[in-house]
Amino acid sequence: MATIEQPPAVAGPEQAVITNGRWAGYTRLLQMRMLELWREPEVIFWVFVFPLLLALGLGIAFRERPPDVTPVAVVVGPKANEVVDLLQRSPQHASIRPDVLSATAALDGFRLGQYSLVVNMDESGVHYRYDPARPESVLARTQVDEALQSAAGRKNAIAATSTAASEPGARYIDFLIPGLLGMNLMNSGMWGIGFALVEMRQRKLLKRFVATPMRRSDFLLALVSSRLVLMLIEVALLLVFGVLVFHVRVAGGVLAILLIGALGAVSFGGIGLLTASRAQKIESVSGLINLVMMPMWIFSGVFFSYERFPKMFLPAIRALPLTALNDALRAIILQGDSLASQLGRVAVLVVWGGVSFVLALRWFRWS
Amino acid sequence: MPLAIQCRALRKTYDGKVEAVRGLDLEIETGECFGLLGPNGAGKTTTIEILEGLLEPTSGEVEILGRNWRTHARELREQLGISLQETRLSEKLTVRETLQLFSSFYRHPTSVELVLEELSLQEKAGALVGKLSGGQKQRLAVATALVANPKILFLDEPTTGLDPQSRRQLWDIVRQFQKRNGTVLLTTHYMDEAERLCDRLAIIDHGQIIAAGTPAQLIERITGHHVVEFAVSDHAGGDGRAWSKLPGVQSVRAEDGLYCLRVNEPHETIPALLAEVQKQQARLVHLTTRQASLEDVFVQLTGRHLREE
Repeated sequence: MATIEQPPAVAGPEQAVITNGRWAGYTRLLQMRMLELWREPEVIFWVFVFPLLLALGLGIAFRERPPDVTPVAVVVGPKANEVVDLLQRSPQHASIRPDVLSATAALDGFRLGQYSLVVNMDESGVHYRYDPARPESVLARTQVDEALQSAAGRKNAIAATSTAASEPGARYIDFLIPGLLGMNLMNSGMWGIGFALVEMRQRKLLKRFVATPMRRSDFLLALVSSRLVLMLIEVALLLVFGVLVFHVRVAGGVLAILLIGALGAVSFGGIGLLTASRAQKIESVSGLINLVMMPMWIFSGVFFSYERFPKMFLPAIRALPLTALNDALRAIILQGDSLASQLGRVAVLVVWGGVSFVLALRWFRWS
Repeated sequence: MPLAIQCRALRKTYDGKVEAVRGLDLEIETGECFGLLGPNGAGKTTTIEILEGLLEPTSGEVEILGRNWRTHARELREQLGISLQETRLSEKLTVRETLQLFSSFYRHPTSVELVLEELSLQEKAGALVGKLSGGQKQRLAVATALVANPKILFLDEPTTGLDPQSRRQLWDIVRQFQKRNGTVLLTTHYMDEAERLCDRLAIIDHGQIIAAGTPAQLIERITGHHVVEFAVSDHAGGDGRAWSKLPGVQSVRAEDGLYCLRVNEPHETIPALLAEVQKQQARLVHLTTRQASLEDVFVQLTGRHLREE
């Protein structure tokens, strides 16, 4: 082995000594935490890709379909063209597709379900053949009759107008995106802090760290900071995805959204810290984390409104941190409410996060 | 000048029942390499972790560099380099990143590049910790201690499970550190490691020091510091009694058909042994002599082998 100049154990005056500043440890801890996360493909998937896939899947499943077109068989005859003509002039022309067929072909098609209705018009008037057991057939009869009568000049006794309400802002995907955002902040806060801590404890890495002069507060601060950086990316990804793919209209201000997101991330970080404060094995903390999160998946209005639960449960449901986060996110993102109007929900998050942090620091085990 | 490490009447009782350390005194000078030698469960790790300030002793006094853990914890942490038993460092960080992280915790660390060079880890500097071999991981663990630029190095079982070459590399690292007037406290259950590396050592069993001194002193202290080992073809009659009557034999131990005689003067014993074998009409199938080792010291003191569970 080549002999090299060795640094003396007790640094002499001639040695250029490195001096670290107050925040050197914190900065490195944060940097290394981000590097570790970046190199963990599972983390990238569960934190960033999975919520997008969930939004995409549910968004497609519950998308607004174009109104159904009713296929109608018109039996050939002298008046057949008149029927088609009337239907095309009617207000319902877009949703009715009339095909002119021979009587047998029309009946065969009706029997096979290709047509919901058979229309036969002669001198005596119009005759409908429909199946009362098939809802779309019943609907088609009403629809076609309505179309024919009004095209032929029937006047309504009462003037009626209606508006279709499938606008951005009131669709399922609009409800879903803030809920997914809240759930994702909960998941990644609990796993990102709780699981990571217990893993480090199990590896005896926490013990190794406290054998150095590392400030324990810096360590926890770096962990929370890494959550905030991830939160920024999570929020941006999901919102941009919602806007681009589903044309979600974001009514609230970016700052208010990020502030409430940060509060959610830190609050669930605190709950994650508490969950992980004593567990020695990752198996036991996994169970604990799921136990804590399960009620909120169900009750906190991620996928459906919690108003469906009996009224007596609502106060308890609203006191859950994820409910507060989801409600605040929905109010700000969808209705453009200010942060100030969400004080009650902010308070719920602060109390959950704050109490968890204090208890966690009291009970925390470094080894 | 204060002692590097000192403890008096150290005791540690877990849950009020298990007595891991039962009244231990140590005085370790600056620049010494001191070894705690003992079987698994003897209390070595508990002792070293109390000295490292990671465990509270149930009773007793600890002074490191003349300071106390209760009043000067932060100052002490800056001056100690610690390698724990079985720390699994983050697998997703590279060797260099790991050292940068640990160096950032100290006010005046050694440069990461110097430590990489000293521990022959330059080639692996960019490799993820998860991809390192056992020996490389262990060297990295020691590197995280050395990057502190410490005055005292604590190594808990630094070479357990390593191949001979990696062990020798680690011994070199310890000697280098010692040359720079660094103090080393290490635990081990390897005889040869303690014998070659340590200036002084304490043999620990059941939480107590049963012998202490330089390796040579400890070996001299036992009667008969030569060992004659032999085996005879198995129809040979007699138990150990015939052998113990041979001239110069201090003690006889029989293990798996192998007889171990501790003798003072091998040149007197061996001719008599050969004559006795012939008399019994047996055949000698194995014969060696060697200097007594720490293993023999331990066996004489406790009646057990170091690595017996």
